[in-house]
Amino acid sequence: MKIINPLLIVLVLIALAYAGVNAMGMTLLFGVVIPIVAFIVFLLGFITKVLSWSKSPVPFRIPTTAGQGKSLPWIKQAKLDNPSSTAGVLGRMALEVLLFRSLFKNTKAELTEGGMLAYGSSKWLWLGGLVFHWSFLLILVRHLRLFLEPVPALITFLEAGDSMFQMAFLPAFYLTDAAILLAATYLFLRRVVSPQIKTLSLPADYFAILLIIAIATTGVLMRYYYRVDVVAIKDLIRGLVTFSFNVPEGIGVIFYIHLFLVSVLAIYFPFSKLMHLGGVFLSPTRNLANNSRAQRHINPWNPDIKFHTYEAYENEFREKMKAVGLPVEKE
Amino acid sequence: MYDTGKIITGLVIFIAIVSFPFWGSFGGSTEAPKPVIKVSGQCIESADFMRANHMQLLDDWRNSVVRGDSATDRIYTSITYGTKHDKSLSSTGSSLVSSGEKQSCMSCHSNKEEFCDTCHDYASVKPYCWTCHIEPKENI
Ligand code: HEM
Repeated sequence: MKIINPLLIVLVLIALAYAGVNAMGMTLLFGVVIPIVAFIVFLLGFITKVLSWSKSPVPFRIPTTAGQGKSLPWIKQAKLDNPSSTAGVLGRMALEVLLFRSLFKNTKAELTEGGMLAYGSSKWLWLGGLVFHWSFLLILVRHLRLFLEPVPALITFLEAGDSMFQMAFLPAFYLTDAAILLAATYLFLRRVVSPQIKTLSLPADYFAILLIIAIATTGVLMRYYYRVDVVAIKDLIRGLVTFSFNVPEGIGVIFYIHLFLVSVLAIYFPFSKLMHLGGVFLSPTRNLANNSRAQRHINPWNPDIKFHTYEAYENEFREKMKAVGLPVEKE
Repeated sequence: MYDTGKIITGLVIFIAIVSFPFWGSFGGSTEAPKPVIKVSGQCIESADFMRANHMQLLDDWRNSVVRGDSATDRIYTSITYGTKHDKSLSSTGSSLVSSGEKQSCMSCHSNKEEFCDTCHDYASVKPYCWTCHIEPKENI
């Protein structure tokens, strides 16, 4: 059920766009209105979510010591694993965000034949995740050719690199297209094949990955199989980004399906686990320097305690103390 | 300690990146390209067919001409009009289908920059025809 329902939702979304455009001719709705609304919801939703996070106090430094912290001068510090400076934290964050370093340390636990618990390295999730995210990013950046006129050289360069093998397809085949489909399929199957991971998975986990697979599949079908009039599509998209909306004739329905699925993803994004895009930057075990011994961190919600120091106490009771013969610090 | 300042800075960067397609387009043209055709008359297929399929057609032509061995591999029969044509992008010489000079794509569409390139540049498509064929130098 928890796999079937998300799958059905994605199929219904596809059917909606298909029927809306093909049977009812609502190209303005699917080509302009929904994408613009989706963009606004995405942006405002994202900002609201992150601002709500910014209201939580930052915890004390959590030195998750995967390496030696800063200590005596003759003890070598693991500067990236246990940084004590901002530069070190930037390095650790960069490795985390760009290379998923924590995930690289992923392990799997197994019971051996003799009943012993054994831990082993497990890199497939790291590899699948990395390939998935990088191809996603490259595809998004490449899509800028549909948004910008003239097309910047950097994007032309990325396209040339991505399609350098000019394989058996027309137009030139992008490596990232194969990569994202393979990696996303792996990430999906991982949650289906392994009973443990399946138990831990929620419908939302399947929905996100199925939606993205559907987006990539419609994109690939549009480019290599159904073929669309890219010039007309760019005309439409240029209308969106310059606020001079127009809907050219003759754009294949597959484009509207692709765009509708992307719009749904954008609307869904701020309310879902996909917000890890923003959240990864706020990981306290990664973004806080281990400098608790060098710097005083004060708890932000400490109550304002009225202290009564010994000095003030003695000032108040000095005469009485002297009278009963108690020693005092000041005469 | 709430680190609000750092979070706001991050958000501003995020907004700048996400809205780049909008502000990156300020003042840009919104004109769709208009390829110029210098000659009158019709192409080997209808304009709609050619717009959608010219790349596939040229790719098929190349494969059949380079790999095929009989003369018929070098002749194309129009689906729309039933007429016969030499499969030729830019070459000259004597024709297989008529007694005169060979008609190639470039004989009519000789203005690559005003014709081919207008759409290809707009859509950022880089056909590799001209890594083997000699590019027309109409402007020199
Ligand atoms: C989450 C965002 C998106 C993903 C993951 C995605 C994915 C893809 C993929 C994998 C392709 C195959 C060809 C390629 O890699 O370039 C593709 C093609 C395409 N996408 Fe997207 N896409 C996204 C957003 C969009 C948006 C916002 C638009 C338009 C406003 C769009 C319009 C197109 C078009 C027109 C093509 C066909 C290009 C061609 O035929 O050469 N996509 N997409």
